[in-house]
Amino acid sequence: MTGWAQALILRELRLAVRVGGGALIGVLFFLAVVTVIPFGVGPDLNLLALIGPAILWIGALLATLLGLDRLFQADRDDGSLDLMLMSGRSVELIVLVKCLAHWVGTGLPLVVAAPVLAIFLNLDALAIGAVTLTLLAGTPALTLIGAIGAALTVSLRRGGLLLAVLVVPLTIPVLIFGVSAASAAITQPMPFLTPFLILCALTLLSSVIGPLAAAAALRHSGD
Amino acid sequence: MQLVAENLACDRGGRRVFAGVSLKVASGTALAVTGANGVGKSSLLRQLAGLVPVAEGVIRLEGGDDERPPFEHCHYFGHQDALKPSLSVAENLAFWQAFTASAPGLKAGAPARGVDEALEFIGLAHAATLPAAYLSAGQRRRLSLARLLVVERPVWLLDEPAAALDASSEGRLCELMSAHLEAGGLILAATHQPLRLANTATLHLQAAQ
Repeated sequence: MTGWAQALILRELRLAVRVGGGALIGVLFFLAVVTVIPFGVGPDLNLLALIGPAILWIGALLATLLGLDRLFQADRDDGSLDLMLMSGRSVELIVLVKCLAHWVGTGLPLVVAAPVLAIFLNLDALAIGAVTLTLLAGTPALTLIGAIGAALTVSLRRGGLLLAVLVVPLTIPVLIFGVSAASAAITQPMPFLTPFLILCALTLLSSVIGPLAAAAALRHSGD
Repeated sequence: MQLVAENLACDRGGRRVFAGVSLKVASGTALAVTGANGVGKSSLLRQLAGLVPVAEGVIRLEGGDDERPPFEHCHYFGHQDALKPSLSVAENLAFWQAFTASAPGLKAGAPARGVDEALEFIGLAHAATLPAAYLSAGQRRRLSLARLLVVERPVWLLDEPAAALDASSEGRLCELMSAHLEAGGLILAATHQPLRLANTATLHLQAAQ
């Protein structure tokens, strides 16, 4: 089983980093969103530190949505998806492996960039650590939930916008617990671990529901 | 091994495309599917490939691996090339070799070829490290065809296999198809030109009333 999964991961990562892959687009968009906020909010450092975790999370959510519409559509356009469906491999596992590769290509760079961008928002060391940790635990859930939307809109031209409308409501729990865990680390009396563990649970849950739902949608996309 | 379809019907977009199509293809024989444009040749092949839902009828493969559906014994060679322009020629082919599960059914002594050998055979060995974006339409088609050589599957579903190929590549394609039949494989091809193969039957599709 591992041989084909490795081949798929390798292919997805190569496609992500080569010309037209768009792995860096997500990070650049993240940078753009986060740097624009202080100009809009004004130079109130305390306010920025207060809303910083939320801004980083919303920026990460939008940057994740940006590249998701091509997750299956690129393969459908050139006929690769047909061959994947008849390859004899489990479609659920194909989705899971593609999500993993997509997260490594687009989600992980966001997590790596988050500490740098957090400095722009006047977060202190503890808050930077907390936000980065919550992003690391939470962004896979965004990709996995987004895969459902990507599979549903795979046959639609310009389905990216519809994808965002479909997926954003489903990601609200992830956003709520991600931000509340990060905020809890900054404001003392609230416990950090409770929302953080719920966030981890959401990621694990979506790693089951996401591939199952996306695979069902892909199987019916052929007609 | 024998691929059998009974009373197949196909609906596309709420419209009945064809109905009552039955076919039987045994090891070592080819079936040419002919008919006017839009009569459902591609839909029939895609149904056999498990990509279009079957409205009525059954498809079964006798003598195959019962654990797997018939379409997992099939290679589908359609209009799309399934190539990624930013990957090199060899990378494209190596991916499909590693990714696609092979299915038994061919005689021993007809092993799947390696990537280099397959590229040599279709005449693209000199371009192995070139990104697929630089290939011409005919070269892309040949590279896509090489996928059938690197993974062993007994049933080949070919949709207009000769499209965009020059005369010598077409001859090579014929050679490949005869070799596949000799090894005990079976071929279904939707085509407008007659197949120059031994043991070829013809199925002429007509529009549903």
